[in-house]
Amino acid sequence: MSRGSPDPARPTPVLDPAAIRQDFPLLARRVHGKPLVYLDNAATTQKPRVVIDRMTRFYVEENANVHRGVHWLSERATDVFEEARAAIGRFVNARRAEEIVFVRGTTEAINLVAGTYGRSRVGRGDEVVVSAMEHHSNIVPWQILCEQQGARLRIIPITDAGELDLDAYAALLTDRTRIVSVVHVSNVLGTVNPVREIVRIAHQRGIPVLVDGAQAVAHGAVDVQALGCDFYAFSGHKMFGPTGIGVLYGTSALLESMPPYQSGGDMIRSVSFEQTRYDVPPHRFEAGTPDIAGAVGLAAAIGYLAGIGFDRIARFEQDLLEYATGALSRLPGVRVIGMAASKAGVLSFVLDGVHPHDVGTILDREGVAIRTGHHCCQPLMDRLGLPATSRASLALYNTRDDIDALVAALQKVRALLG
Amino acid sequence: MTSGLEVLYRDVILDHNKRPRNFRVLEGGGKAEGSNPLCGDRLTVYLRVVNGTIQDAAFQGYGCAIAIASASLMTENVKGKTLAEAAALFERFLQMMTGPAGAPVDGLGDLSVFAGVRQFPVRVKCATLPWEALRAAAAGRVGAVSTE
Repeated sequence: MSRGSPDPARPTPVLDPAAIRQDFPLLARRVHGKPLVYLDNAATTQKPRVVIDRMTRFYVEENANVHRGVHWLSERATDVFEEARAAIGRFVNARRAEEIVFVRGTTEAINLVAGTYGRSRVGRGDEVVVSAMEHHSNIVPWQILCEQQGARLRIIPITDAGELDLDAYAALLTDRTRIVSVVHVSNVLGTVNPVREIVRIAHQRGIPVLVDGAQAVAHGAVDVQALGCDFYAFSGHKMFGPTGIGVLYGTSALLESMPPYQSGGDMIRSVSFEQTRYDVPPHRFEAGTPDIAGAVGLAAAIGYLAGIGFDRIARFEQDLLEYATGALSRLPGVRVIGMAASKAGVLSFVLDGVHPHDVGTILDREGVAIRTGHHCCQPLMDRLGLPATSRASLALYNTRDDIDALVAALQKVRALLG
Repeated sequence: MTSGLEVLYRDVILDHNKRPRNFRVLEGGGKAEGSNPLCGDRLTVYLRVVNGTIQDAAFQGYGCAIAIASASLMTENVKGKTLAEAAALFERFLQMMTGPAGAPVDGLGDLSVFAGVRQFPVRVKCATLPWEALRAAAAGRVGAVSTE
Protein backbone atom coordinates (compact mmCIF):
# COMPACT_ATOMS: atom_id res chain seq x y z
CA MET A 1 0.00 0.00 0.00
CA SER A 2 1.51 3.29 -0.98
CA ARG A 3 1.98 6.22 1.34
CA GLY A 4 -0.14 9.35 1.41
CA SER A 5 2.57 11.95 0.89
CA PRO A 6 2.32 13.59 -2.54
CA ASP A 7 5.21 13.15 -4.91
CA PRO A 8 5.36 16.00 -7.44
CA ALA A 9 7.67 13.96 -9.64
CA ARG A 10 5.12 11.17 -9.98
CA PRO A 11 4.11 10.61 -13.59
CA THR A 12 0.50 10.62 -14.73
CA PRO A 13 -1.13 7.36 -13.62
CA VAL A 14 -0.58 4.72 -16.24
CA LEU A 15 -3.81 2.96 -15.33
CA ASP A 16 -6.65 4.02 -17.57
CA PRO A 17 -9.91 3.80 -15.61
CA ALA A 18 -11.96 4.39 -18.76
CA ALA A 19 -10.59 1.15 -20.19
CA ILE A 20 -10.96 -0.64 -16.84
CA ARG A 21 -14.63 0.39 -16.68
CA GLN A 22 -15.32 -1.62 -19.84
CA ASP A 23 -14.52 -4.74 -17.82
CA PHE A 24 -17.36 -4.08 -15.34
CA PRO A 25 -20.78 -4.54 -16.98
CA LEU A 26 -22.74 -3.05 -14.06
CA LEU A 27 -21.00 0.30 -14.33
CA ALA A 28 -22.90 0.97 -17.57
CA ARG A 29 -26.18 1.12 -15.62
CA ARG A 30 -28.21 4.27 -15.21
CA VAL A 31 -29.84 5.11 -11.90
CA HIS A 32 -32.80 7.52 -11.66
CA GLY A 33 -32.04 8.39 -15.30
CA LYS A 34 -28.45 9.40 -14.51
CA PRO A 35 -25.19 7.54 -15.20
CA LEU A 36 -24.24 5.50 -12.14
CA VAL A 37 -21.38 6.99 -10.12
CA TYR A 38 -20.45 4.13 -7.83
CA LEU A 39 -18.52 5.35 -4.79
CA ASP A 40 -19.58 2.70 -2.27
CA ASN A 41 -16.69 0.33 -2.88
CA ALA A 42 -15.88 -0.08 0.79
CA ALA A 43 -19.32 -1.71 1.16
CA THR A 44 -18.84 -3.95 -1.84
CA THR A 45 -17.09 -3.70 -5.19
CA GLN A 46 -18.53 -4.39 -8.63
CA LYS A 47 -17.48 -7.53 -10.48
CA PRO A 48 -15.49 -7.69 -13.70
CA ARG A 49 -16.85 -9.86 -16.47
CA VAL A 50 -13.94 -12.31 -16.08
CA VAL A 51 -15.20 -13.14 -12.57
CA ILE A 52 -18.83 -13.50 -13.68
CA ASP A 53 -17.80 -15.61 -16.67
CA ARG A 54 -15.49 -17.80 -14.61
CA MET A 55 -18.25 -18.62 -12.13
CA THR A 56 -20.68 -19.33 -14.96
CA ARG A 57 -18.12 -21.63 -16.56
CA PHE A 58 -17.72 -23.50 -13.29
CA TYR A 59 -21.45 -24.21 -13.16
CA VAL A 60 -21.68 -24.96 -16.88
CA GLU A 61 -18.62 -27.19 -17.19
CA GLU A 62 -17.10 -28.17 -13.85
CA ASN A 63 -19.73 -28.37 -11.12
CA ALA A 64 -19.49 -31.29 -8.69
CA ASN A 65 -18.80 -31.62 -4.99
CA VAL A 66 -15.20 -31.50 -3.83
CA HIS A 67 -13.00 -33.92 -1.84
CA ARG A 68 -15.56 -36.73 -2.21
CA GLY A 69 -16.23 -38.40 -5.50
CA VAL A 70 -13.93 -40.70 -7.38
CA HIS A 71 -15.60 -39.61 -10.59
CA TRP A 72 -13.93 -37.37 -13.14
CA LEU A 73 -16.10 -34.32 -12.52
CA SER A 74 -15.52 -34.36 -8.77
CA GLU A 75 -11.79 -34.53 -9.34
CA ARG A 76 -12.03 -31.61 -11.74
CA ALA A 77 -14.06 -29.52 -9.23
CA THR A 78 -11.59 -30.41 -6.47
CA ASP A 79 -8.71 -29.37 -8.71
CA VAL A 80 -10.13 -25.94 -9.53
CA PHE A 81 -11.12 -25.39 -5.88
CA GLU A 82 -7.64 -26.26 -4.61
CA GLU A 83 -6.04 -24.28 -7.43
CA ALA A 84 -8.05 -21.29 -6.19
CA ARG A 85 -6.70 -21.87 -2.68
CA ALA A 86 -3.16 -21.95 -4.02
CA ALA A 87 -3.70 -18.75 -6.04
CA ILE A 88 -5.04 -16.99 -2.96
CA GLY A 89 -2.08 -18.27 -0.97
CA ARG A 90 0.28 -16.76 -3.53
CA PHE A 91 -1.72 -13.51 -3.49
CA VAL A 92 -1.11 -12.97 0.25
CA ASN A 93 2.32 -14.65 0.08
CA ALA A 94 1.43 -17.47 2.45
CA ARG A 95 4.14 -20.10 2.91
CA ARG A 96 1.75 -22.91 2.01
CA ALA A 97 -1.70 -23.20 0.42
CA GLU A 98 -2.80 -25.11 3.55
CA GLU A 99 -2.61 -21.81 5.45
CA ILE A 100 -5.65 -20.57 3.50
CA VAL A 101 -9.02 -21.41 5.07
CA PHE A 102 -12.16 -20.66 3.07
CA VAL A 103 -14.92 -18.93 5.01
CA ARG A 104 -17.94 -16.79 4.07
CA GLY A 105 -16.16 -13.49 4.66
CA THR A 106 -14.12 -11.42 7.08
CA THR A 107 -16.81 -11.63 9.74
CA GLU A 108 -16.76 -15.41 9.72
CA ALA A 109 -12.96 -15.47 9.68
CA ILE A 110 -12.83 -13.42 12.89
CA ASN A 111 -15.60 -15.50 14.45
CA LEU A 112 -13.60 -18.61 13.56
CA VAL A 113 -10.49 -17.37 15.36
CA ALA A 114 -12.47 -16.08 18.36
CA GLY A 115 -14.41 -19.34 18.56
CA THR A 116 -11.47 -21.73 18.24
CA TYR A 117 -8.21 -20.06 19.15
CA GLY A 118 -10.04 -17.74 21.53
CA ARG A 119 -12.15 -20.37 23.28
CA SER A 120 -9.14 -22.62 23.82
CA ARG A 121 -6.56 -19.98 24.84
CA VAL A 122 -8.41 -17.10 26.51
CA GLY A 123 -9.36 -17.73 30.11
CA ARG A 124 -10.57 -15.89 33.19
CA GLY A 125 -8.64 -12.69 33.76
CA ASP A 126 -7.01 -12.78 30.34
CA GLU A 127 -7.18 -9.87 27.91
CA VAL A 128 -7.99 -9.33 24.25
CA VAL A 129 -6.81 -6.14 22.55
CA VAL A 130 -8.66 -4.39 19.69
CA SER A 131 -8.60 -0.76 18.56
CA ALA A 132 -11.03 2.15 18.74
CA MET A 133 -11.41 2.13 14.95
CA GLU A 134 -12.65 -1.43 14.56
CA HIS A 135 -15.69 -2.50 12.57
CA HIS A 136 -18.35 -4.17 14.74
CA SER A 137 -17.25 -7.49 13.22
CA ASN A 138 -13.87 -7.10 14.94
CA ILE A 139 -15.46 -6.06 18.25
CA VAL A 140 -18.52 -8.19 18.90
CA PRO A 141 -16.94 -11.68 18.46
CA TRP A 142 -14.26 -10.70 21.01
CA GLN A 143 -16.83 -9.14 23.33
CA ILE A 144 -18.83 -12.37 23.33
CA LEU A 145 -15.64 -14.40 23.86
CA CYS A 146 -14.63 -12.20 26.80
CA GLU A 147 -18.09 -12.52 28.38
CA GLN A 148 -18.02 -16.29 28.01
CA GLN A 149 -14.49 -16.70 29.32
CA GLY A 150 -14.43 -13.98 31.99
CA ALA A 151 -11.78 -12.08 30.05
CA ARG A 152 -11.41 -8.38 29.42
CA LEU A 153 -11.50 -6.42 26.15
CA ARG A 154 -8.91 -3.63 26.01
CA ILE A 155 -9.03 -0.82 23.46
CA ILE A 156 -6.12 0.86 21.66
CA PRO A 157 -7.00 4.59 21.56
CA ILE A 158 -6.74 6.71 18.42
CA THR A 159 -5.52 10.26 17.86
CA ASP A 160 -7.74 13.06 16.54
CA ALA A 161 -6.17 12.59 13.11
CA GLY A 162 -7.44 9.01 13.14
CA GLU A 163 -4.23 7.10 13.78
CA LEU A 164 -3.57 4.44 16.40
CA ASP A 165 -1.73 5.64 19.48
CA LEU A 166 1.15 3.17 19.35
CA ASP A 167 2.64 4.18 22.71
CA ALA A 168 -0.69 3.56 24.38
CA TYR A 169 -0.92 0.27 22.47
CA ALA A 170 2.46 -0.94 23.72
CA ALA A 171 1.46 0.02 27.26
CA LEU A 172 -1.80 -1.96 26.97
CA LEU A 173 -0.05 -5.29 26.41
CA THR A 174 0.45 -7.39 29.52
CA ASP A 175 1.26 -10.96 30.46
CA ARG A 176 -2.48 -11.59 30.28
CA THR A 177 -2.90 -10.42 26.67
CA ARG A 178 -3.80 -13.47 24.59
CA ILE A 179 -4.42 -11.90 21.17
CA VAL A 180 -4.37 -8.54 19.39
CA SER A 181 -6.92 -7.99 16.61
CA VAL A 182 -6.66 -4.83 14.52
CA VAL A 183 -7.90 -3.49 11.24
CA HIS A 184 -5.42 -3.01 8.39
CA VAL A 185 -7.35 -0.19 6.67
CA SER A 186 -10.17 1.62 8.48
CA ASN A 187 -13.49 1.47 6.63
CA VAL A 188 -14.42 4.90 8.02
CA LEU A 189 -11.18 6.87 8.20
CA GLY A 190 -9.19 5.21 5.45
CA THR A 191 -6.24 5.01 7.83
CA VAL A 192 -3.62 2.44 6.82
CA ASN A 193 -2.40 1.10 10.15
CA PRO A 194 1.28 0.25 10.71
CA VAL A 195 0.59 -3.46 10.93
CA ARG A 196 4.23 -4.50 10.80
CA GLU A 197 5.01 -2.36 13.84
CA ILE A 198 1.88 -3.53 15.67
CA VAL A 199 2.92 -7.14 15.07
CA ARG A 200 6.52 -6.50 16.12
CA ILE A 201 5.41 -5.04 19.45
CA ALA A 202 2.98 -7.90 20.13
CA HIS A 203 5.48 -10.59 19.16
CA GLN A 204 8.01 -9.22 21.66
CA ARG A 205 5.61 -10.62 24.23
CA GLY A 206 4.72 -13.69 22.20
CA ILE A 207 1.19 -12.42 21.52
CA PRO A 208 -0.38 -13.41 18.17
CA VAL A 209 -1.99 -10.77 15.95
CA LEU A 210 -5.06 -11.02 13.73
CA VAL A 211 -5.36 -8.42 10.99
CA ASP A 212 -8.78 -7.51 9.55
CA GLY A 213 -7.85 -6.93 5.93
CA ALA A 214 -11.37 -6.41 4.55
CA GLN A 215 -10.62 -2.89 3.29
CA ALA A 216 -6.98 -3.47 2.38
CA VAL A 217 -7.10 -6.19 -0.24
CA ALA A 218 -8.77 -4.17 -3.01
CA HIS A 219 -6.17 -1.44 -2.88
CA GLY A 220 -2.81 -3.13 -3.06
CA ALA A 221 -0.73 -6.24 -2.59
CA VAL A 222 -0.77 -7.94 0.81
CA ASP A 223 2.24 -9.86 2.08
CA VAL A 224 1.43 -11.72 5.28
CA GLN A 225 5.06 -12.78 5.74
CA ALA A 226 6.28 -9.19 5.49
CA LEU A 227 3.54 -8.05 7.86
CA GLY A 228 4.46 -10.89 10.19
CA CYS A 229 0.84 -11.35 11.30
CA ASP A 230 -0.48 -14.67 12.58
CA PHE A 231 -3.95 -14.35 11.05
CA TYR A 232 -5.22 -12.26 8.15
CA ALA A 233 -8.93 -12.07 7.28
CA PHE A 234 -10.61 -10.72 4.16
CA SER A 235 -13.73 -10.97 1.98
CA GLY A 236 -13.93 -11.77 -1.72
CA HIS A 237 -16.68 -9.30 -2.49
CA LYS A 238 -14.65 -6.28 -1.41
CA MET A 239 -11.95 -7.13 -3.96
CA PHE A 240 -14.11 -7.60 -7.08
CA GLY A 241 -14.89 -11.23 -6.28
CA PRO A 242 -18.25 -12.76 -5.40
CA THR A 243 -20.16 -12.45 -2.13
CA GLY A 244 -20.25 -15.48 0.14
CA ILE A 245 -16.55 -16.31 -0.03
CA GLY A 246 -13.82 -15.05 2.24
CA VAL A 247 -10.45 -16.10 3.52
CA LEU A 248 -8.74 -16.70 6.80
CA TYR A 249 -4.99 -16.93 6.50
CA GLY A 250 -3.35 -18.47 9.55
CA THR A 251 0.15 -19.74 10.15
CA SER A 252 0.32 -23.52 10.00
CA ALA A 253 1.64 -23.70 13.56
CA LEU A 254 -1.39 -21.86 14.93
CA LEU A 255 -4.00 -23.52 12.71
CA GLU A 256 -2.71 -26.97 13.63
CA SER A 257 -3.02 -26.14 17.33
CA MET A 258 -6.62 -24.97 17.06
CA PRO A 259 -9.77 -27.02 17.72
CA PRO A 260 -12.42 -27.26 14.98
CA TYR A 261 -14.87 -24.47 14.20
CA GLN A 262 -18.08 -25.86 12.73
CA SER A 263 -18.34 -29.61 12.64
CA GLY A 264 -19.76 -32.14 10.22
CA GLY A 265 -18.62 -33.56 6.92
CA ASP A 266 -15.34 -32.79 5.19
CA MET A 267 -13.58 -31.76 8.41
CA ILE A 268 -12.96 -35.24 9.82
CA ARG A 269 -10.49 -38.09 9.45
CA SER A 270 -12.79 -40.72 10.88
CA VAL A 271 -16.03 -40.80 12.81
CA SER A 272 -17.43 -43.38 15.15
CA PHE A 273 -19.97 -42.90 17.92
CA GLU A 274 -17.12 -43.29 20.39
CA GLN A 275 -14.64 -40.89 18.86
CA THR A 276 -14.13 -38.51 15.94
CA ARG A 277 -10.67 -37.63 14.63
CA TYR A 278 -10.42 -34.26 12.99
CA ASP A 279 -8.77 -33.56 9.70
CA VAL A 280 -5.70 -31.35 9.36
CA PRO A 281 -5.97 -27.66 8.44
CA PRO A 282 -7.42 -26.17 6.36
CA HIS A 283 -10.07 -28.89 6.05
CA ARG A 284 -10.54 -29.04 9.83
CA PHE A 285 -12.14 -25.59 9.58
CA GLU A 286 -14.20 -26.19 6.44
CA ALA A 287 -17.13 -28.35 7.52
CA GLY A 288 -19.79 -28.93 4.88
CA THR A 289 -19.76 -28.21 1.18
CA PRO A 290 -17.82 -25.00 0.61
CA ASP A 291 -18.65 -22.17 -1.79
CA ILE A 292 -16.73 -23.76 -4.63
CA ALA A 293 -17.86 -21.35 -7.36
CA GLY A 294 -17.13 -18.47 -4.99
CA ALA A 295 -13.57 -19.65 -4.42
CA VAL A 296 -13.03 -20.04 -8.14
CA GLY A 297 -14.53 -16.58 -8.74
CA LEU A 298 -12.29 -15.03 -6.10
CA ALA A 299 -9.23 -16.57 -7.72
CA ALA A 300 -10.38 -15.07 -11.03
CA ALA A 301 -10.66 -11.65 -9.36
CA ILE A 302 -7.12 -11.98 -8.02
CA GLY A 303 -5.93 -12.97 -11.48
CA TYR A 304 -7.66 -9.91 -12.91
CA LEU A 305 -6.01 -7.57 -10.38
CA ALA A 306 -2.61 -9.19 -10.83
CA GLY A 307 -2.97 -8.67 -14.59
CA ILE A 308 -3.38 -4.94 -14.01
CA GLY A 309 -0.67 -4.84 -11.36
CA PHE A 310 -1.18 -4.15 -7.66
CA ASP A 311 1.37 -1.35 -7.64
CA ARG A 312 -0.36 0.42 -10.52
CA ILE A 313 -3.70 0.10 -8.75
CA ALA A 314 -2.30 1.49 -5.50
CA ARG A 315 -0.59 4.37 -7.29
CA PHE A 316 -3.71 5.22 -9.30
CA GLU A 317 -5.95 5.19 -6.24
CA GLN A 318 -3.56 7.32 -4.24
CA ASP A 319 -3.65 9.90 -7.00
CA LEU A 320 -7.46 9.82 -7.13
CA LEU A 321 -7.67 10.02 -3.33
CA GLU A 322 -5.56 13.17 -3.37
CA TYR A 323 -7.74 14.66 -6.09
CA ALA A 324 -10.93 13.80 -4.19
CA THR A 325 -9.60 15.02 -0.84
CA GLY A 326 -8.65 18.33 -2.43
CA ALA A 327 -11.99 18.71 -4.20
CA LEU A 328 -14.02 17.94 -1.09
CA SER A 329 -11.87 20.11 1.17
CA ARG A 330 -12.43 23.09 -1.12
CA LEU A 331 -16.22 22.80 -0.78
CA PRO A 332 -17.55 25.27 1.80
CA GLY A 333 -18.90 23.55 4.90
CA VAL A 334 -17.35 20.16 4.10
CA ARG A 335 -15.06 18.58 6.68
CA VAL A 336 -13.08 15.46 5.78
CA ILE A 337 -12.97 12.99 8.70
CA GLY A 338 -9.73 11.06 9.05
CA MET A 339 -6.47 12.82 8.27
CA ALA A 340 -3.98 10.02 8.77
CA ALA A 341 -0.62 10.39 7.06
CA SER A 342 -1.15 7.05 5.36
CA LYS A 343 -4.60 6.55 3.84
CA ALA A 344 -6.34 4.28 1.36
CA GLY A 345 -9.24 5.30 -0.90
CA VAL A 346 -11.85 5.93 1.78
CA LEU A 347 -13.18 9.45 2.29
CA SER A 348 -15.53 10.15 5.17
CA PHE A 349 -16.93 13.64 5.45
CA VAL A 350 -19.59 15.73 7.09
CA LEU A 351 -21.44 18.67 5.63
CA ASP A 352 -22.19 21.44 8.12
CA GLY A 353 -25.83 21.53 9.13
CA VAL A 354 -26.86 18.65 6.86
CA HIS A 355 -27.47 15.16 8.16
CA PRO A 356 -25.63 12.41 6.21
CA HIS A 357 -28.91 10.62 5.57
CA ASP A 358 -30.17 13.60 3.57
CA VAL A 359 -26.83 13.75 1.74
CA GLY A 360 -27.21 10.09 0.78
CA THR A 361 -30.76 10.48 -0.54
CA ILE A 362 -30.02 13.58 -2.59
CA LEU A 363 -26.82 12.11 -4.05
CA ASP A 364 -28.68 8.93 -4.94
CA ARG A 365 -31.11 10.93 -7.09
CA GLU A 366 -28.06 12.28 -8.93
CA GLY A 367 -26.91 8.73 -9.59
CA VAL A 368 -24.13 8.98 -7.00
CA ALA A 369 -23.98 5.96 -4.67
CA ILE A 370 -22.25 6.54 -1.35
CA ARG A 371 -22.72 5.16 2.16
CA THR A 372 -24.07 7.16 5.07
CA GLY A 373 -24.49 6.30 8.73
CA HIS A 374 -22.20 4.80 11.33
CA HIS A 375 -20.57 2.28 8.96
CA CYS A 376 -20.82 -0.48 11.61
CA CYS A 377 -18.34 1.48 13.74
CA GLN A 378 -20.44 2.97 16.54
CA PRO A 379 -17.59 3.11 19.10
CA LEU A 380 -15.51 5.02 16.55
CA MET A 381 -18.40 7.43 15.88
CA ASP A 382 -18.66 8.04 19.64
CA ARG A 383 -14.91 8.71 19.76
CA LEU A 384 -15.23 11.20 16.89
CA GLY A 385 -18.29 12.78 18.49
CA LEU A 386 -20.34 12.29 15.32
CA PRO A 387 -23.73 10.61 14.94
CA ALA A 388 -22.89 9.59 11.38
CA THR A 389 -20.77 10.46 8.35
CA SER A 390 -21.07 10.31 4.60
CA ARG A 391 -18.47 8.10 2.95
CA ALA A 392 -17.19 7.96 -0.61
CA SER A 393 -14.93 4.98 -1.22
CA LEU A 394 -12.83 4.52 -4.33
CA ALA A 395 -11.86 1.64 -6.58
CA LEU A 396 -9.70 1.20 -9.63
CA TYR A 397 -12.61 1.97 -11.99
CA ASN A 398 -13.40 5.37 -10.49
CA THR A 399 -12.48 8.46 -12.46
CA ARG A 400 -11.95 12.14 -11.78
CA ASP A 401 -15.33 12.59 -13.50
CA ASP A 402 -16.86 10.49 -10.69
CA ILE A 403 -15.34 12.84 -8.12
CA ASP A 404 -16.56 15.87 -10.06
CA ALA A 405 -20.07 14.34 -10.13
CA LEU A 406 -19.86 13.85 -6.35
CA VAL A 407 -18.84 17.46 -5.87
CA ALA A 408 -21.63 18.72 -8.16
CA ALA A 409 -24.17 16.61 -6.28
CA LEU A 410 -22.91 17.94 -2.94
CA GLN A 411 -23.42 21.46 -4.25
CA LYS A 412 -27.05 20.50 -4.94
CA VAL A 413 -27.34 19.26 -1.35
CA ARG A 414 -25.99 22.57 -0.15
CA ALA A 415 -28.42 24.50 -2.37
CA LEU A 416 -31.37 22.47 -1.12
CA LEU A 417 -30.61 22.08 2.57
CA GLY A 418 -27.71 24.38 3.31
CA MET B 1 -35.11 20.95 -7.82
CA THR B 2 -34.95 17.80 -9.90
CA SER B 3 -34.95 14.03 -9.66
CA GLY B 4 -38.19 13.64 -7.69
CA LEU B 5 -36.60 15.15 -4.61
CA GLU B 6 -39.26 17.84 -4.52
CA VAL B 7 -41.84 15.30 -3.35
CA LEU B 8 -39.62 14.47 -0.38
CA TYR B 9 -38.11 17.81 0.52
CA ARG B 10 -41.26 19.94 0.37
CA ASP B 11 -40.86 23.59 1.31
CA VAL B 12 -42.77 23.08 4.56
CA ILE B 13 -40.39 20.27 5.51
CA LEU B 14 -37.32 22.32 4.65
CA ASP B 15 -38.67 25.19 6.72
CA HIS B 16 -39.35 23.01 9.78
CA ASN B 17 -35.91 21.42 9.42
CA LYS B 18 -34.23 24.80 9.41
CA ARG B 19 -36.39 26.36 12.11
CA PRO B 20 -37.78 23.49 14.15
CA ARG B 21 -40.77 24.48 16.31
CA ASN B 22 -41.00 23.46 19.97
CA PHE B 23 -37.30 22.58 19.93
CA ARG B 24 -36.77 22.76 23.66
CA VAL B 25 -36.75 20.77 26.86
CA LEU B 26 -40.04 20.47 28.70
CA GLU B 27 -39.53 19.90 32.39
CA GLY B 28 -41.82 17.94 34.64
CA GLY B 29 -43.71 15.93 32.04
CA GLY B 30 -43.28 12.63 30.26
CA LYS B 31 -40.42 12.04 27.90
CA ALA B 32 -39.00 9.31 25.71
CA GLU B 33 -36.01 8.97 23.44
CA GLY B 34 -36.20 7.64 19.92
CA SER B 35 -33.16 6.59 17.96
CA ASN B 36 -32.24 5.12 14.61
CA PRO B 37 -28.68 4.02 15.37
CA LEU B 38 -28.01 3.01 11.78
CA CYS B 39 -28.74 6.53 10.50
CA GLY B 40 -27.50 8.36 13.56
CA ASP B 41 -30.83 9.95 14.52
CA ARG B 42 -31.55 10.58 18.18
CA LEU B 43 -34.54 12.57 19.42
CA THR B 44 -36.13 13.12 22.81
CA VAL B 45 -39.83 13.92 22.82
CA TYR B 46 -41.34 15.71 25.84
CA LEU B 47 -45.03 15.74 26.71
CA ARG B 48 -47.14 17.49 29.33
CA VAL B 49 -50.48 15.73 29.66
CA VAL B 50 -53.29 17.04 31.88
CA ASN B 51 -56.47 14.97 32.26
CA GLY B 52 -55.65 12.96 29.16
CA THR B 53 -55.06 16.04 27.01
CA ILE B 54 -51.67 17.07 25.63
CA GLN B 55 -51.08 20.55 27.00
CA ASP B 56 -47.59 20.92 25.58
CA ALA B 57 -45.18 18.93 23.41
CA ALA B 58 -41.56 19.60 22.60
CA PHE B 59 -38.44 17.81 21.37
CA GLN B 60 -34.66 17.97 21.29
CA GLY B 61 -31.98 16.05 19.49
CA TYR B 62 -30.46 15.59 16.08
CA GLY B 63 -31.49 13.80 12.95
CA CYS B 64 -32.05 14.13 9.24
CA ALA B 65 -34.32 16.77 7.74
CA ILE B 66 -37.24 14.35 7.58
CA ALA B 67 -36.94 13.33 11.25
CA ILE B 68 -36.51 16.90 12.48
CA ALA B 69 -39.38 18.29 10.38
CA SER B 70 -41.60 15.39 11.40
CA ALA B 71 -40.87 16.01 15.07
CA SER B 72 -41.48 19.72 14.66
CA LEU B 73 -44.80 19.31 12.84
CA MET B 74 -45.85 16.55 15.21
CA THR B 75 -45.41 18.71 18.30
CA GLU B 76 -47.50 21.44 16.68
CA ASN B 77 -50.23 19.02 15.66
CA VAL B 78 -50.70 17.10 18.90
CA LYS B 79 -50.99 20.08 21.21
CA GLY B 80 -54.53 20.29 22.56
CA LYS B 81 -55.39 16.78 21.43
CA THR B 82 -56.30 13.94 23.77
CA LEU B 83 -53.86 11.02 23.87
CA ALA B 84 -56.42 8.92 21.99
CA GLU B 85 -56.74 11.57 19.29
CA ALA B 86 -52.94 11.77 18.98
CA ALA B 87 -52.72 7.99 18.67
CA ALA B 88 -55.38 8.02 15.94
CA LEU B 89 -53.47 10.76 14.13
CA PHE B 90 -50.30 8.62 14.20
CA GLU B 91 -52.29 5.71 12.75
CA ARG B 92 -53.47 7.85 9.82
CA PHE B 93 -49.93 9.20 9.40
CA LEU B 94 -48.57 5.63 9.22
CA GLN B 95 -51.26 4.61 6.74
CA MET B 96 -50.32 7.52 4.51
CA MET B 97 -46.70 6.44 4.45
CA THR B 98 -47.01 2.68 4.31
CA GLY B 99 -50.34 2.20 2.57
CA PRO B 100 -50.90 1.98 -1.17
CA ALA B 101 -49.85 4.95 -3.27
CA GLY B 102 -52.55 7.55 -3.76
CA ALA B 103 -54.44 6.56 -0.59
CA PRO B 104 -56.46 9.46 0.81
CA VAL B 105 -54.70 11.61 3.35
CA ASP B 106 -57.77 13.19 4.94
CA GLY B 107 -57.61 14.63 8.37
CA LEU B 108 -53.87 15.01 8.37
CA GLY B 109 -53.69 18.74 7.76
CA ASP B 110 -50.16 19.96 7.19
CA LEU B 111 -48.83 16.49 8.08
CA SER B 112 -49.81 15.51 4.54
CA VAL B 113 -46.53 17.12 3.37
CA PHE B 114 -44.95 13.80 4.32
CA ALA B 115 -46.98 11.88 1.73
CA GLY B 116 -43.97 11.86 -0.62
CA VAL B 117 -41.86 9.93 1.90
CA ARG B 118 -43.66 6.78 0.72
CA GLN B 119 -41.65 6.99 -2.49
CA PHE B 120 -38.42 6.78 -0.43
CA PRO B 121 -39.03 3.60 1.59
CA VAL B 122 -35.76 3.78 3.53
CA ARG B 123 -36.80 7.20 4.83
CA VAL B 124 -40.19 6.18 6.28
CA LYS B 125 -38.62 5.29 9.60
CA CYS B 126 -37.14 8.80 9.81
CA ALA B 127 -40.62 10.31 9.68
CA THR B 128 -42.13 7.85 12.15
CA LEU B 129 -39.31 8.05 14.71
CA PRO B 130 -40.66 11.07 16.65
CA TRP B 131 -44.15 9.55 16.65
CA GLU B 132 -42.83 6.31 18.14
CA ALA B 133 -41.08 8.35 20.81
CA LEU B 134 -44.30 10.29 21.44
CA ARG B 135 -46.22 7.06 21.86
CA ALA B 136 -43.61 5.82 24.35
CA ALA B 137 -43.67 9.13 26.25
CA ALA B 138 -47.48 9.04 26.41
CA ALA B 139 -47.42 5.49 27.70
CA GLY B 140 -44.88 6.49 30.31
CA ARG B 141 -42.53 3.80 29.09
CA VAL B 142 -38.99 4.13 30.28
CA GLY B 143 -36.09 3.83 27.88
CA ALA B 144 -35.59 4.35 24.21
CA VAL B 145 -37.50 3.33 21.10
CA SER B 146 -36.17 2.68 17.67
CA THR B 147 -37.86 2.48 14.28
CA GLU B 148 -35.14 0.28 12.83
